Amino acid sequence: MAKNIIEVSELNFSYEKQSVLECIDFTIKEKEFVAIIGPNGGGKSTLLKLLLNINTLQKGAITIQGEDYLKQTHNIGYVPQNTDININFPISVLEVVMMGQNSLKKRIFGYKKDEKAQAKKALEQVGMSEFSFKSISELSGGQRQRVFIARALFSNPKILLLDEPTSSIDASGSQQIYKTLKALSKHITVIVVSHDISVIVQYATRAFYINKKLFNHDLKNMKKDFLKNNAHICEIELLEMLGSCRC
Amino acid sequence: MLETLSYSFIQNAIIAAVLVSIITGIIGSLVVVNKMVFLSGGIAHSAYGGIGLAIFFGLPMLLCTSLFCVFVTIIIALASYKRREHLDILIGLTWALGMSLGIILVDLTPGYQSDLMSYLFGSLLAVTTNDILYMSILLASIIGIVFTFYREILSVSYDTEYATLRGVKTRLFYTIILVLSSLTIVVSIKVVGLILVIALLTIPIYVAGFFSKSLFSMMVSAALLSMFFSTIGLFLSYNFDLSSGPSIIIVSSVFALLAFLIKNLKEYIQ
Repeated sequence: MAKNIIEVSELNFSYEKQSVLECIDFTIKEKEFVAIIGPNGGGKSTLLKLLLNINTLQKGAITIQGEDYLKQTHNIGYVPQNTDININFPISVLEVVMMGQNSLKKRIFGYKKDEKAQAKKALEQVGMSEFSFKSISELSGGQRQRVFIARALFSNPKILLLDEPTSSIDASGSQQIYKTLKALSKHITVIVVSHDISVIVQYATRAFYINKKLFNHDLKNMKKDFLKNNAHICEIELLEMLGSCRC
Repeated sequence: MLETLSYSFIQNAIIAAVLVSIITGIIGSLVVVNKMVFLSGGIAHSAYGGIGLAIFFGLPMLLCTSLFCVFVTIIIALASYKRREHLDILIGLTWALGMSLGIILVDLTPGYQSDLMSYLFGSLLAVTTNDILYMSILLASIIGIVFTFYREILSVSYDTEYATLRGVKTRLFYTIILVLSSLTIVVSIKVVGLILVIALLTIPIYVAGFFSKSLFSMMVSAALLSMFFSTIGLFLSYNFDLSSGPSIIIVSSVFALLAFLIKNLKEYIQ
């Protein structure tokens, strides 16, 4: 029986007087693959930022591996949206991955052999080891995103959080990213904020629909139904369905 | 040629060109990858306020201009770090305010200021031993800071949000990059003048960007290219009695254009 890795209870959050999250309660088990979906402004990214302590917790409790979440930040790997990244930046793939180190101050200049070996191992996990010495600007959007996943894996986290990992990637690149994440979920917990609802339901074990409140869906039984009967419906309709029923 | 090199003012000019090339190669790379070119332009023009203050109060030029620029830079850094949308307005304001302050202070200073043009367009052949000492100290400081904190600076420059999450003091390093840029601008004024200083911070870096696979290699290549462009520019300036700053910029621009054409021709052929 898998243990709970994340427990969230009575979570409330507001920006100034605007309430964004209300009475959020959920648990996530080890090695689960959870999708967080919902409309824009519904609170998906806010929840992610709370787990990462980018937003300060106002009300409620978050525990990770049974401990206060602030003591467990080293166990979380994060893949941001990276909309501001300069894609022509002169930097190698290996250097980007080594930025995932929890504490950068290990060596004044240059990198240790064991750091490079660890970075190569992280790249292997996402199928990008042959690109180690390439410049990041030579990669496609999907390849670049897998490098960012490797960066998040560099410190061997127990939980991987991803914010819209396929937002600027074509369909085949998206499928590859989700396959990689599915493979990773055999070893670590994967939580993805995504808009690719019809794609992510094929890979995730559970979906949290968030629109100020949270609706928890077990996708194991819903998947076949979605794929067989609802293949024709658009993502907005699917989103509305998930938001309107409580499973 | 050898006789030319025996003149002490030519020797000073060459040493200054080499020192400033290394400084601008390192800092220019940071300015370009952090998309701070316009910001550097603002700091460069605001430097005229510092020049005006030095002339009006009879203070040491380099020291006074450096302190003034660092002051302006810290204000910009504090005001713009969290609210980048205000950055353009701040740059425009400091750009115009610095120039206006400088012009008014020069107007109020009794007597004729003969060397004002050299601050606007540079005067490499008038570099003094004190200027070289100041450039050497700045270069040593830049090398010390940039290479001690190379990984932090790389991390902040590439992905600020992620660097913050990894515990890097991003605000501190953002300010350090800006302060080093402002000091670089002040020493480069002697070489190309405050109006053309942006070219020294961008053209060699643009050319180096065609073949650099890391920030470090970009810094080294840009410094070497800048030395090459400055030496040719200086040679042309001395032999044809031209202004040194614009000569260096025109040489740099010709090579940048060539690099651009070669790269595009290669892509076209492939």
